Amino acid sequence: MATKLPPKDVVLVGFGWTASIIGQELTDAGLQVLALERGAFRDTVPDFATTKIQDELRYAVRNELFEEPERETLTFRNSMDQTALPMRHLGSFKPAAGAGGAGVHWNGQNWRFLPTDFLQRSHIEQRYGKDFIPPDMTIQDWGVTYDELEPFYDRFEYLCGISGQAGNIQGKIQDGGNPFEGPRKRGFPLPPLKRSYGTVLFEKAAKEVGYKPFPCPAANTSKAYKNIYGVQLGECTYCGFCEWFGCGNYSKSSPQTTVFPVLLHKDNFELRTHMSVTKVLLDSSGKRATGVIYVDPQGREFEQPADLVILTAFAQHNVHLLLLSGIGKPYDPVKNEGVVGRNYAYQITSSVNVFLDDIVNPFMGAGALGQAIDEFNGDNFDHGPVKFVGGGYIALWTTGGRPILQHHLPKDAPKWGSGWKKAMADNYLRSLSIATHGSVMSYRDSYLDLDPTYRDEYGNPLLRLTFDFHPNEHLMSAFLTEKAAGIAKAMKPRHMDANPRQGHYTIVPYQTTHNTGGAVMGVDPHTSVVNRYLQSWDVPNLFVVGSCAFPQNAGYNPTGTVGALAYWAANAIRTQYMKKPGPLVSA
Amino acid sequence: MAFIPARRRLLKAALVPSAATVVPLRFMPAAQAEPVSAPGQFSYFTPVEFTWVNAAVARLIPNDDLGPGAKEAGVATFIDHQLSGPYGRAETWYMRGPWKDGTKEQGYQLKLTPAQLYRTAIADVDAWCSKNNRRPFAEQDAAAQDKLLHGLESGDVKLARAPSKDFFQMLLQNTVEGFLSDPMYGGNRDFTGWKMIGFPGPRYNYVAEIEQYNKRYTMPTVGLLGRDGKRTQET
Repeated sequence: MATKLPPKDVVLVGFGWTASIIGQELTDAGLQVLALERGAFRDTVPDFATTKIQDELRYAVRNELFEEPERETLTFRNSMDQTALPMRHLGSFKPAAGAGGAGVHWNGQNWRFLPTDFLQRSHIEQRYGKDFIPPDMTIQDWGVTYDELEPFYDRFEYLCGISGQAGNIQGKIQDGGNPFEGPRKRGFPLPPLKRSYGTVLFEKAAKEVGYKPFPCPAANTSKAYKNIYGVQLGECTYCGFCEWFGCGNYSKSSPQTTVFPVLLHKDNFELRTHMSVTKVLLDSSGKRATGVIYVDPQGREFEQPADLVILTAFAQHNVHLLLLSGIGKPYDPVKNEGVVGRNYAYQITSSVNVFLDDIVNPFMGAGALGQAIDEFNGDNFDHGPVKFVGGGYIALWTTGGRPILQHHLPKDAPKWGSGWKKAMADNYLRSLSIATHGSVMSYRDSYLDLDPTYRDEYGNPLLRLTFDFHPNEHLMSAFLTEKAAGIAKAMKPRHMDANPRQGHYTIVPYQTTHNTGGAVMGVDPHTSVVNRYLQSWDVPNLFVVGSCAFPQNAGYNPTGTVGALAYWAANAIRTQYMKKPGPLVSA
Repeated sequence: MAFIPARRRLLKAALVPSAATVVPLRFMPAAQAEPVSAPGQFSYFTPVEFTWVNAAVARLIPNDDLGPGAKEAGVATFIDHQLSGPYGRAETWYMRGPWKDGTKEQGYQLKLTPAQLYRTAIADVDAWCSKNNRRPFAEQDAAAQDKLLHGLESGDVKLARAPSKDFFQMLLQNTVEGFLSDPMYGGNRDFTGWKMIGFPGPRYNYVAEIEQYNKRYTMPTVGLLGRDGKRTQET
């Protein structure tokens, strides 16, 4: 039997970006908040000390900071006629475990989605007609607009201290920024980062081709910065160990460097680590959450009562917990009914590698030090002739030159032997890679449910992922890759290779940790799990926060939008729910 | 709150054949990362296996006019250490059944841990050599070794138990890891791999240099344990 513990006002499941933000905002409002984290506590000192963290093998190759499939994984298949098998080790994506979540190990590539991204179905139908959207594509509007989210994007950017160049301030286009971005009320808190040679070469080439390149918005601080909670960050040193690593220099925005120093000292906040939440409990009506069950490392079960339960774990883990708890109707792709698990989406990426005579010193970099063009993202261009939905940015990132995983070799170079050695010696210091970062629409046959066979260490069914790339995404990605190759060519390389994304989606190798959907937001309870405030339609004292709320995925990294949604939900709880607990939107 | 490792993890570790390697730590203490070269002192390999791996990595990254190769860089020692640790035991992998062959998109579905795959495949390769009237792999000349390695890579050489392509990919990946990871793990000795490509190691601060374009960086190579890459005497 579970030991029943004293109640809390709010329990947060998982302690990454969204939990840190919501925990900070709700403790400010006077609530007693408890966060339950399945992983360890981690902080800049001692866990990310530069004398320890700059270790590619330990962190990037052996995956020290991430979830362990042994404890938490999913099964995967490309299509419904296959048998899903477990993801036995990490590959295509790397969710985090531990305090700070993926906010510890991200690169810091921090974007806003486009205003039209939030109107994905209605905008496309209006501009191109209803028939433009394939029948099995289940895209929908978000139920929240860019203008509504703008103050919350702004708040997340001023929490982080984003370095960048605004492209549109209150409708006025700014030189050197992204002219396609939605209007922002003010510029970025910090100027852009220093420029690596690679980004300079890309900018020159992109301009020659006729594009408008701009510095990518970065959660790597270009200067010392004091954030909205009074927490101090330092200047980035371009050490090139961002993604897969914690930052030892207080210059990558993370829960540790922006929220923990305030939140963890509050009397009305408590964090319990190494606690795995296995179920959200409901009362006999099934309409009210009474708390959660969690398991400690010795296997003991505890019942934690709470007035408000907020799922703030990684995207698919939120969905898994909803399914295990029997909250919301599970999605059935055959009948096309139900919502939980529906509209899983991802990202489609490709690259063009560029080999030069000049030395570009790839090891000097930062996770979000890049130059991009946005001409082919979202609906920034006429899709009529190309006959696909979506798009993406094209960027040259100089995130670092870690030797095992970040070296580029010409495709025809030998894989081993003296030829491999020579290719490594010739190219390591003289190669760059242009990335395309494409949207993925949602489809009737791309979804999450419970696996019938495989179980986790608690005896619960694993989550099952059914997903493949569709012709729309292949067409779009090939289009982006061709545009990227055009820029690469203008860099006048001695050699270049395009690496288009072809064939089926595969669970290996690494692509991105931009998993979305499964508990999507919207205006209709028949096609969404949560309302526009991320509140469960079925259980009003349950909120589900994260990229699981995205109805489909846009052509940008998700964290900026995840941060904005966390502030948006926290604001709704503070200004509406706390005054009158109950549904914020009538179904 | 002290974290007590789950009991079953300790049990799992204890089941590994090499009894000397039962360490509850996720990563070996640095003292164990010191190169071990004397016969009989390997963490996981038998002397025969160590010789086999040393011969293989010497072909994958050979000693040539560009400088020392994987053998000289201590890569076999690196792999030996890796296989005796959490990686070799697949400690963080999901290793519950049922076991089925999957599509290539579904990734690794072997019941063998990396340590078990090496042990099985090395024995299989030498059995294959014997069956085909050849000398054991480690005693073959370089050309014959290359031919056999190519056969494993392509899958043309079929082994009795271990899937040859999976084994080759793991061996190659681990060889590159050993050549290019921090020397404290036993490979990349004297920064052999990093110096060959021009990586200066984890140097931490490039504020002054990042805007010096097309200029070679000349500061000495460093590792996490210092400029010589070796743990100095602790006091």
